[in-house]
Amino acid sequence: MTVELLVQQLINALSLGSIYALLALGLAVVYSVLGLLNFAYGEIITIAGYCMFFLVSGGMDFWYAAIFGVIAAIATSLLIQLVAFRPLRGAPANAVIFASFAVSIIIKALISNVISPRPRGIPVPSWVDGVIQLGSFRLPILALITIAIAVVAMVALTWALHYSTPGLAIRAAAEDFTVTRLMGAPAGRLILLAFVLSGILAGIAGVLWIARTGSVSPAMGFTPLLQSFIAIVLGGLGNLRGAVIGGFALAFIEVALQVLLPTAVVPFTAALTLVAVVVILYFRPQGFSKLAQERVA
Amino acid sequence: MSTPERQLAVSGVTMRFAGLVALDDVSLSLKRGEVLGVIGPNGSGKSTLVNVISGVLAPTSGTVVIDGHDVTAVAPPIISRHGVARSFQTVRLFRRLSVRDNVAGVVRKAKRPVDQIVDEWLERLGILHLADRLAGDLAYGLQRRVEIARALATGPGYLLLDEPAAGLNDTESADLERVIRSIAEDRELDCGVLIIDHDMRLITSLCDRLQVLFNGKTIAEGIPSDVRNDPAVVEAYLGTRPSPAKG
Repeated sequence: MTVELLVQQLINALSLGSIYALLALGLAVVYSVLGLLNFAYGEIITIAGYCMFFLVSGGMDFWYAAIFGVIAAIATSLLIQLVAFRPLRGAPANAVIFASFAVSIIIKALISNVISPRPRGIPVPSWVDGVIQLGSFRLPILALITIAIAVVAMVALTWALHYSTPGLAIRAAAEDFTVTRLMGAPAGRLILLAFVLSGILAGIAGVLWIARTGSVSPAMGFTPLLQSFIAIVLGGLGNLRGAVIGGFALAFIEVALQVLLPTAVVPFTAALTLVAVVVILYFRPQGFSKLAQERVA
Repeated sequence: MSTPERQLAVSGVTMRFAGLVALDDVSLSLKRGEVLGVIGPNGSGKSTLVNVISGVLAPTSGTVVIDGHDVTAVAPPIISRHGVARSFQTVRLFRRLSVRDNVAGVVRKAKRPVDQIVDEWLERLGILHLADRLAGDLAYGLQRRVEIARALATGPGYLLLDEPAAGLNDTESADLERVIRSIAEDRELDCGVLIIDHDMRLITSLCDRLQVLFNGKTIAEGIPSDVRNDPAVVEAYLGTRPSPAKG
């Protein structure tokens, strides 16, 4: 493999990893506070996508529409918390998980029945698909944008979690929600904040995802949900740093398999990626996070 | 019965868990600036009592009143805002947060900068030099201090300490005793302390009053020297003595 190809694939993996990392962070931030997975998480991206689809079809610029997409994502995340999580506070985890599945199914069904079960294309500005020629290196513009946006989002999140009062409360709640409440932190507000953060992260990741795929469909949320779930399991459940590491690891495995496998096997990349994840978890059941291990012990 | 202001009053609290009576009609009162010890053998209901007061458990019957406000079965954050703070039998810190963040995370809206308040509590508990260490990395005795600093930083009127000396060596236990006494005697803080412990030496030297629980019931209360010699207490701790009544 030439150096050029290697660099190109590296950028490819980094850009895919950036999306996975953002997705995983959004799922993990709610998990870390509530100890519950939001299985309607993928639909946050679906709704952001359809919101963008209508705006772009109506003539709005893709990136302006993206801002509204993120806002729609935050609203959807809050709606999920209001409908599926809040009424069931204190209920057994199973009940809440099923409620989030139900919300996911309802949103999918609504979109298929009201709009269309078929995928719809979103025209992405053509310059996005261009490449920057740097000497003998060809750098895809979308990949660079994706990496840049993800890095900014993650730095901002890290900063907010470490240097703001609500951020500190979220970190404390992620460690031990019961104690946080016993020390006087208003639980409701913390949960709300976690869902807002989750919506922002899913929204940003969703916009980047859509810029990559160029289409929306009722079931489009499934893959992002699955990938973020795998990423947070890989990174050690409930660990935000682990979610980022897990997201990048997943992307690197996926891209490496695509590049290295013989062409005949490439259609099985997704399956083989899962095999790789299973192998990793077999040897490191707590995922990559050393601290997550400590917590289990 | 009207409740005098400025005290924590538990009246007739009963706590049943599926057939097991953990607390049976227990009452107690704790005034500001007072140190009350609750002792009793394992399984006598001491920790359940702390859980009821702090809102972790809703009692089957009975009331908890703080400074005249009925807070029975109210959510923990609200009870905390009424001035109840606690520590845990097994230390429960935010292990992956720094010592400073553990304490800073609980400080409410204050007139002074949060850092300044945190520094003062850490200084007071002798752990200021550890402010930037991860709480989970500290020795157990030091973690206890962080936990007490965290509880105090919520600005409590009543501090509940669930076996604060458990797992500490003699030196650490003596240091802890000094800290607890200074808290109780601090007029400016105006804080009552409820201590649950097995360590009779610590309890008798610290507490103004003792209350003894056995099988969920109060079997004795009073000043430490009296309680120690109470026949019912001796029996609860040492097992049944031959007596005419029991044969």
